Order: sequence, then structure tokens, then C-alpha cells
Amino acid sequence: MPEIVLREALKRGLEEALENDPRVFIMGEDIGEYGGAYAVTDGFLKKFGEKRIKDTPISEQAFLGAGIGAAAAGLRPIVEFMSMSFTLVAFDQIVNMAANLRYMSGGQISVPMVIRAPTGAGVQLGATHSQSFETWLAEVPGMKVVCPSTPYDALGLMRSAIKDNNPVLVAEPALLYGAKGEVPDEYYEIEIGKADVTREGSDITLVSYGYGMRPVNDAAGTLEGRGVSVEVIDLRSLAPIDMDAIIASVKKTNRVVVVDNARRRGGVMAEVTADLQQAASEWLDGPVMRVGSVDVPWPYSRGLEQEVLTDADDVLAAVAEGYGL
Amino acid sequence: MASSTKSSAKPSSKKSKSSKNGKSSSSGLDNSGVSGVTDNLELYRQMYLIREFELACGENYSKGLIRGFLHLYIGQEATGVGAISTLRDDDYVVSAYRDHGHALARGLDVNRSMAELFGKATGTSKGKGGSMHLFDVAKGFMGGHAIVAGQLPLAAGLALAQQYNDTDALTICFFGDGSTNQGLYHETMNLAAIWKLPILFFLENNMYGMGSSIERVRAGGVDFYPGMATYGIPAAEVDGMDVLAVKEASELAVARIRNGDGPQFIEAKTFRFVGHSLADGQKYRGQEEVKEWEERDPVVTFPAKLIEMGLATADQIAEVKASVDEAVATAVKFAEDSPEPELSEIHNDVLA
Repeated sequence: MPEIVLREALKRGLEEALENDPRVFIMGEDIGEYGGAYAVTDGFLKKFGEKRIKDTPISEQAFLGAGIGAAAAGLRPIVEFMSMSFTLVAFDQIVNMAANLRYMSGGQISVPMVIRAPTGAGVQLGATHSQSFETWLAEVPGMKVVCPSTPYDALGLMRSAIKDNNPVLVAEPALLYGAKGEVPDEYYEIEIGKADVTREGSDITLVSYGYGMRPVNDAAGTLEGRGVSVEVIDLRSLAPIDMDAIIASVKKTNRVVVVDNARRRGGVMAEVTADLQQAASEWLDGPVMRVGSVDVPWPYSRGLEQEVLTDADDVLAAVAEGYGL
Repeated sequence: MASSTKSSAKPSSKKSKSSKNGKSSSSGLDNSGVSGVTDNLELYRQMYLIREFELACGENYSKGLIRGFLHLYIGQEATGVGAISTLRDDDYVVSAYRDHGHALARGLDVNRSMAELFGKATGTSKGKGGSMHLFDVAKGFMGGHAIVAGQLPLAAGLALAQQYNDTDALTICFFGDGSTNQGLYHETMNLAAIWKLPILFFLENNMYGMGSSIERVRAGGVDFYPGMATYGIPAAEVDGMDVLAVKEASELAVARIRNGDGPQFIEAKTFRFVGHSLADGQKYRGQEEVKEWEERDPVVTFPAKLIEMGLATADQIAEVKASVDEAVATAVKFAEDSPEPELSEIHNDVLA
């Protein structure tokens, strides 16, 4: 299978949608002339023209809101934010409009819109540019949220997101844009709401998603070296969360550590933890261990930032603390 | 706080004035005007329908049959009716939380609109939206939006789709003076202007954002239309108590938009004769100010002028009133008799 980087996988998903569906268009800040802050849409303006590739003013809530209107009228907009942190500026439109319109209109209005945004810390951008608000949006009824960790998942999830008739947030781990992985030439999609068991094992389950898969996979490698059989689950979707897959795994391994690259408090893994203790406590040999980045504003200085971020040692420490492995 | 009866925007008889190239003047009521007798009677019917509908809403709110927030359109009928009368079926109408008047002017079913306010299964949103969230997509009525200024970019997006699809359809977006201090007001004007979107921004300036006189909360006075020069959007001011003046100003703006001239802006000076919502005791303004505006009540003055000018007979007006009274009574009965939503509806319409 050919190997490509995650950025290319996203690009392929967007490009084929633009080619195959005239209702699809992309808008965002500096996605056209400039080529996109992370170069995902580089070359698109030349290929598809100004009608399909719209550079916007720096007015996040206005262009996100315009995306909602265009979607309500039957188009399929893809709206890019330069950073997940900037979605905060448009939260009112995302939550009050995009997510609520179908319900408030008694099912009359659909908002088939994709919101794309790079997420996560790790490159010293400081507190305002490093946040992961996909964890907040994942709790909003009416939204779907996905977060890929591999090029294969990025393409498959992007295809599903664009075809979906709901607002879908695609959280793109910024540190993974250059990550390589195998992507087949044959067409495939990845169903939103289904987790992926990326490694099968019998002693302990590690659950994460997005950039959190890095420390989890590193920790799994270390544990395997110690003779521990590790099952790893990549959530892929944060809304809805595939609790069935997690519970099924826990019933097998009786041990679980859930890992978030975002800040520990609140968020997706808090949900997973709470649901697990209700649904699977009798299967567990110890507490649901939760790992996340430190609950402080993201610091700039490299040493501080690296210390705040979840890493493999944090995961191993939780495994040891919870289950003595 | 002392009530103020002072207003620098007194009700006036001027028809319309304009800034930039928003030149328009009302032909007013004369036999050579563009509006025929039938049109005039229809304009009157819609205004009277809205008035009676709103009075019935107030009554049923007092009875506890309508709950939540209820913002009545009483006094502002001429603006929505005049503007919406100039649209085609393939145009979109977007409103704020004071949306009953726009919904009815767009032809939403009276029974289903009332049922929505009663929270019934037969309502326009199956009882899930309420007063502030009326929708009828089949009629191009795209809500009913209750975050102040939140509907502006939605309307721009609808217009973007109309432009994208190479149609000459347009979107009209109603908003109040209260929304003009939100960032979205300015962001959306800019976006619409640079993309030349087919949108008519219709400001219903009723002088108060809830209990705050615009004179207290806005730098630069009570006129908003001159500010549109900043965005290069042609803007006109119109007397919002004169349905024909509103209609004529809207016709001109609509023609320009269909011609591909991009966004247009109309500011109608109008007034709500009642409080912001039914919870509002109006301690922030004097009744003299309200009375002054009430003297120009379009639901009273328009039919009187029609009769005076020989454009309608007293009998015709009476017939309209009788049929509307019956329709509103029927709507209340329909809403009362309609079933509550099934509890299973809770989980429907969250996701596609």
C-alpha cells in the first residue's frame, strides 16, 4: 500500500469531494491565495477557482455562520479554522445555530457542514493557540466530532464527514500533519461513531484518540516488552463515543486506562470514565485510570509545555498505579 | 431611573430618505400608485392578521397557555408586511426572536404558528421551537433566531447559496436596533459587501433594545443607515409606520439585488406599542412617547386612508376584519385542541 502523510490524506478527501460534488466548497482564512496555514488546501484555488475556494476575512463567527446558512440552503460547505482555539470565537454560531437548528425547526433544517481545525499543543504556541475544544463540542447534542490519528483514518473519516447530513467537526491533530501511514488507492469510508481496536490484547485496555495515540502506542510497546498483552482502542469519533467497543474490550481485559492529549479535566475521557464505572465496574479489577494533560493554561517555554503534555510515561504510571503492571 | 419621553426620532410623516444611491420616494396613496386595490387590501389583511394574532397571543400568555418568552410585534406590522410583500417564493426570509409578524407575512399557516406557541405537536416545529423559533422551510421562512444578531450570518449564508447556484433569488434579513452593537452586525455587513451577496438587510429600528433606548447605548445617534457607507452598502431610511413607503423602498432594493448590485440596507423607523416581552412593565419610557407613535398606528391609519382615498370601502375593510377575526379564533381553538407532543419526540430531530 502506498504511504502518504496525514496532510495529503486530508487533501485527497477534500479534493475528491470538490471534484465529485458541485455543492461542496471550502472557505476559511487564507486557504486560497496563501494555501492554508497548514498547507492542506495548497493549490486548490488554482484548480477549483474562487467560487469553490473562498478566502474569508478574519471574522470567524461570520464565515462559520455563513457556512450554516449555505448548508441550510442545500450546499455542503467545508469551513476551515486556522486553529481549534479560534473556534471559540464562533462557538455561539456552532452551538446555538449549527447544532440546534434541526431540533428547533422540528427537523426541517439540515446543516450538512464540515468544520475542520488543527488541534492540540506541542509547538510552543502558548495558551491561546494550543487548546482542544473538540472535547467541549463533543458534548453538544446535534454535533458529530471526529479526530483521526492516522492518514488512513483521516481520509476515511473526512469522506464520511463530508457525506454526513449533520454538522461534523474534524479535529486534525496539528502534530500529526506530517505523520506517515498506508492509504489504499481503493475507495473506503470510516463510519462515524465506531472505534477501532488497533491492537488486540488480553491484559489491559488503553483508550485514546488523535495525538493521544502516540503516547498510548509507545506505552503499549513498552508494556509488551514486559510481557503485558495490551489492547489499544482508537476512538476515532468523540461524538458519538463508541462505548460498546470500549466495554467489550474491558470485559476481556478487566483493566483500563483512558488517555487524553487534551487537558484532563472534563472532556471526552471524563465521559468514558463515568460511563465505564456505571456499565462495566463489575468487570474491572481496579479503578478506571484517567490520564490527561495538566490542567493549566498551555505554557510557551518548551520544557514546560512538554511537561504539561500527556506522554508515554504518564500512561505507564497510570497503568502501574491502577493495576500494578 | 426617570422615564424619558424625549426622543430624537419622533414619529414623522416623511416617507423615506436615502443615503448614497439609495434614492427612493414613496408615491404614497394615490390612484396612480403601483398598488392596486386588491394589493392594498391584502397589505391591510396581513397587518390586521398580525395584530389580532399578537393580541390573541398576549391573551393566551396571560392564561398560561403560552409560556416562555413572548415578544409581540404590535406597532411594527407595516415594516414586515411592506417588505415581505415584495418577495418571490424562492426568496428566503430570516427573522430574529420577534418573529411572528414576519412568519405570518410570509404566509405561514396561522393554525400551526399558534400551535407552536402553545407547544403542541401540530406546531410548525412540532412544539420544539416556540415563539422565538418559528420555521417553515417550504415557505422559505428560515427562522426565528433568538441570539441577538445571530441570524445575520445565517442569512448571508443563504444568500451565498443563492449566488452560488446562479439564481436571482435573494434573502431578506430582519433585525432590530439592539443587534447593531454586536460584532456580528459589522462582520456580516463586511462579508456580504465583499462577496456582493444578494441580501436585503432590513433594520427595524424600534428605538429600544429591550429596555435600553438606543440613545443610551449607541454612539452616533439614532440613525444607522448612514453607517452603511463604511461598507459601501447602499442604504435608505423609510417610515416604518407607512406600509406603502416600506413596500416601495423594498421594491427598489429588491430590484437592485436581483440586478446583481449586491447587498442593500433599509432602516425602518418603527415602534413597538407594547413591552419588549410580556414580562416588561416599560418603566424605562413614558406613555406619552408610546401614545405619539400609536397615533400613527398603521393598522388604524392605513384602512382609514384607503377609505378616504376611495381605494376601499368600509364594507371591504369590515369583511377583512371579520375573516381575520374568525381565522385567529380558529387558530386559538386549533392550538388548544391539538395534542401535546409525544414524549418519544424528545429524541427525534437531534441528528439526521
